[in-house]
Amino acid sequence: MALERCDVEKIAHLARLGLNEGDLPRTTDALNSILGLVDQMQAVDTTGIEPLAHPLEASQRLRADVVTESNQRDSYQAIAPATENGLYLVPKVIE
Amino acid sequence: MHQLTLAEIARGLADKKFSSEELTQSLLARINQLDPQLNSFISVTDDLALSQARAADARRAAGETGALLGAPLAHKDLFCTEGVRTSCGSKMLDNFKAPYNATVVAKLAEAGAVTLGKTNMDEFAMGSANESSYYGPVKNPWSLEHVPGGSSGGSAAAVAARLLPAATGTDTGGSIRQPAALTNLTGLKPTYGRVSRWGMIAYASSLDQGGPMARTAEDCALLLQAMAGFDAKDSTSIDEPVPDYSASLNGSLQGLRIGLPKEYFGAGLDPRIAELVQASVKELEKLGAVVKEISLPNMQHAIAAYYVIAPAEASSNLSRFDGVRFGYRCENPADLTDLYKRSRGEGFGSEVQRRIMVGTYALSAGYYDAYYLKAQKIRRLIKNDFMAAFEGVDVILGPTTPNLAWKIGAKNSDPVAEYLEDIYTITANLAGLPGLSMPAGFVDGLPVGVQLLAPYFQEGRLLNVAHRYQQVTDWHTRAPNGF
Repeated sequence: MALERCDVEKIAHLARLGLNEGDLPRTTDALNSILGLVDQMQAVDTTGIEPLAHPLEASQRLRADVVTESNQRDSYQAIAPATENGLYLVPKVIE
Repeated sequence: MHQLTLAEIARGLADKKFSSEELTQSLLARINQLDPQLNSFISVTDDLALSQARAADARRAAGETGALLGAPLAHKDLFCTEGVRTSCGSKMLDNFKAPYNATVVAKLAEAGAVTLGKTNMDEFAMGSANESSYYGPVKNPWSLEHVPGGSSGGSAAAVAARLLPAATGTDTGGSIRQPAALTNLTGLKPTYGRVSRWGMIAYASSLDQGGPMARTAEDCALLLQAMAGFDAKDSTSIDEPVPDYSASLNGSLQGLRIGLPKEYFGAGLDPRIAELVQASVKELEKLGAVVKEISLPNMQHAIAAYYVIAPAEASSNLSRFDGVRFGYRCENPADLTDLYKRSRGEGFGSEVQRRIMVGTYALSAGYYDAYYLKAQKIRRLIKNDFMAAFEGVDVILGPTTPNLAWKIGAKNSDPVAEYLEDIYTITANLAGLPGLSMPAGFVDGLPVGVQLLAPYFQEGRLLNVAHRYQQVTDWHTRAPNGF
C-alpha cells in the first residue's frame, strides 16, 4: 500500500515535523521506497515466534526508591532557548 | 610521532621519550594542518586537550602508570562532553554544550586519556557515508573523492589519516565496523550492554553500542578495557566482569573453529572483496584455525527488520528535541505547535526526518503489529540463527561490506541503496552480538575489511583472532598517501 501525499502530511503532523511544501513529493517517494524495502518482511513466516525486544532478553533493572540525583536546574537551564525565574518559556498556550 | 599506535605511545610515555603535552601539541598541529582536506572534526578542543595532557604528565610524574595515561583520543560527536559542543552532526544541537560527561567520556578521562576533539558523523548517526552531517561530508583519506563510511566516518578518517591514534565510535547497524573497513582500521562493536550508553545521544536504544576504533586490535583492546563495564546509570548495562583484553591477545588459534556463512558470499558481494576475504581465511588456517561452512538463513531479512526497529526507536528518542529545553528553536513561533514543528523541521536534516516519519508510521495505530511486532519476530529468527551457528563454531567470518567505498554523492538519490550497504553488519546489532572489522587488503587502492562475529561477551576472542592475524599480515600498517 503506497503512501499518498495526505498520508505523509498526517505522519509529519504526528511527528511534529514541519515539512516544506516543495519537499513533499520527494519525501513521499522516499518513504514509499523505504516502506517497499520494509514490506519484504511480510513474506517471512513468523508463526509461533515471540517478538524479541532486548537482544539478551534482560528486563529493566530496578533500583531502591531513594533520592540519588541532586538538583541541576541551573546548569540545565543555562542551555535552554528561553527561561525566566527557573521556568522554560514557550508561546502562550491558553488565551 | 603521528605514526605511533596507542600501545607504542604508552611505551614512549612510560620511557619518557616524550611527554603527553609534546605529543598533544604535535597532533593538534597536524589536525590544524591536514583536517581541512578531510573535515573529520566538528570541534577541536585545544584548551581541554592541553590541560588534560599536562594533568596526565603530572600524574605520571607522581608515579602513576596506565596504558591510556596521556594518550590522545577523540570522541564521536554524540558522546556528551561537559562544556563542549556535542552536536550529533545536527543543526538541532549546533548550540548544545553538554552539561555533563557521558560515562565513556568520564571513564576515558579518568584513565588519563586526552580529548583532542569531537569527530564528524552522520546526523544523529543515521547514515553509512558520513554525508548527512550538518557540518558537511567527511572525505576518505585513501581517496578524497570517496566516502569514509558512516556513521562514525569522522573518527575513521581521522585515525586512518594518522591525525590521532584512536577514537570512539558507535554502532547501531554497522557504524563502527563499516567505516573501519572502508578506511583500513580495526573497529569493534561490543556486545549490547557491554559499554554504557549513558550520555551517548540515542538513535535506536536497543541496537546502539559504543566501541573503539584504532589501527590495531592491540589498541582496540586498550580502549575497550577502559570503556567497558557495568554502569548503574544505563538501565540496559549488563553486570558482567570485564576480562583483561590485552592478556588474551596472544592466545593460540590452534583448533579455532571459524564459520563462513554461505549467505555472506552470495550475490551482491564484489568478487574482488570475496577474494581478499578468502585470502584472510587462508592466513588464519595457517595459524591453526579450522574452517567450515555455516548458514544464517534469515540474514536476508535483516535490513527490512532493521528499518522498522531503528526508525521506530528513533522516532521516540528524537521526540525530546522540541525547541523548548535545549537545542535549536525556530524564530518567532506563532504558537506551541508551530514552535515544535518548525524547530524540528528546520533543525533536522532530511534523512533524520525520513527515519522519524518511517518510525512514526510503523508505530501508529493499526500498523504496530504488521511492522514493529513483525520486525521483532524476525529479530528473534536472526538471533536463533546465530545461536545455532555458535553451537558448532567459535567465530563467524565474512566480508564487512559488500562493496568498496563509493564516490561522495553516488548514492544520494536513493536512501535504500545506501541502506543495503549494511547487509553484513546489521545482524550483529539485531542479535546484540560483538563484531569486529579488520583490514584485509586493497582493491584499486581502497581498503577492504573482514568482519568477525563472536558469541555474547567474547570481545576478547575477536581481539585475539584479529591480533594474531595482524602479527602475520601488514595490511593494518599501510598509511594513505599524503598522510
